[in-house]
Amino acid sequence: MKTLFPLGVGCSLLLLQSTVASELNDEFHQLLKSSLRSKGPVKVERVLRQDEVQELCSDPDQTISTDMATQVMKQQLEMIEYPEDGHFLGDWRQGEKIAQSGKGLRFNDKDDVPSGGNCYACHQITADELSYGTIGPSLLGYGKLRGYSDEVLRYTWGKIYNPQGYGLCSNMPRYGHQGILTQEQIKDVMGLLLDPDSPVNQ
Amino acid sequence: MKLFVLICVILLPFRVAISDETKDGIEEYRELIADGNPAELWELTGEEIWRTPTGPNDVSLERCDLGEGPGVVEGVYVRLPRYFEDANKVMDLEQRLIHCRMTIQGFSWEQATAHPFGNSTQSSDIEALVAYIASQSRGRTIEVSLNHPDEKKAFELGRQFFYFRAGAHDFGCVTCHSGDGMRIRLQELPNFDDKRQAQRIYGTWPAYRVSQGEVRTMQHRLYDCLRQMRFPEAIYGTDLITAITMYLAKKAEGGTFDAPAMKR
Repeated sequence: MKTLFPLGVGCSLLLLQSTVASELNDEFHQLLKSSLRSKGPVKVERVLRQDEVQELCSDPDQTISTDMATQVMKQQLEMIEYPEDGHFLGDWRQGEKIAQSGKGLRFNDKDDVPSGGNCYACHQITADELSYGTIGPSLLGYGKLRGYSDEVLRYTWGKIYNPQGYGLCSNMPRYGHQGILTQEQIKDVMGLLLDPDSPVNQ
Repeated sequence: MKLFVLICVILLPFRVAISDETKDGIEEYRELIADGNPAELWELTGEEIWRTPTGPNDVSLERCDLGEGPGVVEGVYVRLPRYFEDANKVMDLEQRLIHCRMTIQGFSWEQATAHPFGNSTQSSDIEALVAYIASQSRGRTIEVSLNHPDEKKAFELGRQFFYFRAGAHDFGCVTCHSGDGMRIRLQELPNFDDKRQAQRIYGTWPAYRVSQGEVRTMQHRLYDCLRQMRFPEAIYGTDLITAITMYLAKKAEGGTFDAPAMKR
């Protein structure tokens, strides 16, 4: 009861807030419907149908209660699927290709094109690639700095699969949870970060 | 071709430079090319299109009211988007041009919105018109009004969209444009929470895009942002882009307008 009470208050506050904002919300949804059209792999219905994380993280005033954030992060963590065969590491060479590729899931992409991870858009990863972004932290020396323990493997998998479980409203896409990358592709990216032979760890 | 070679010569050393030097190099490159902006060609073409009678009614756009009276192009860009009583809605420059081409020149919606973005096989009248009209606001202060309830509403909807995260990648404008020092690959990203950055960026669109060889308008800039956000395609001339533009213009208020500029 002790833990439920503040959550209850948080929920009612949220409900109150959404009633006040609902008029603008209806108009906002109408605006999206009238201004956007489905094309290729991107459907208007999908952006209109926000999940809990997206809805919470779209609040311009960032008024998410700590209780609410903790609860949602816990749910996101619980939904992470770990590799069925227990093997975390794939081929780092494939991982590098996935990290370089920004293809997939844009309206000008083919429906069946495999998505890239586009990791370099936001992260420094290998020393050789100088064209990297800075929205996320540098991953250079990722395994060398953290070690190659089971805990590190499990944490890294989870972080790629669903970063919202580790920090609510993270900028990073939920690669596994949202089906952007397959399990095999995530393994390859894991290899890039955590194979001792990968250029990341030299 | 000459331009392409020039770019190659200047960009080639970047591959071996480290990041700060890369940044300096890009600045240097920008200064080098700042002397001659191909956007001037679009501005000249745009002026001609503005003055030339065309369409079913065979009249020019010189009677078009962009907010400061029929035919006035000086200083209109920095006050758009704005509410127009005759259309009873808030319009950005491109929506207003569609409106004028329909009501004055007699084009249909389909005709007025056909081919808004130029490519190597067909140039765009709209990009030329926007380049011309924007150039007539150079040196002016960005100052949009939120006095009309519909202007205020457009701003609020634009603000809501700025923070709206959705789709396969959970992206929103906020993902890339709410922090300092953010980059996608080597491209620096303006932080719209910072007035100076908002002013500098908003005040330099439309722009000649070296990588595309075309002058691109704010409609195109946002259209392509949405594509990269893994959002559905924005329909040209609809109200969402105008709402976002209104939000960004307000963020950039007080800035000095200096466009068409030249960008990567």
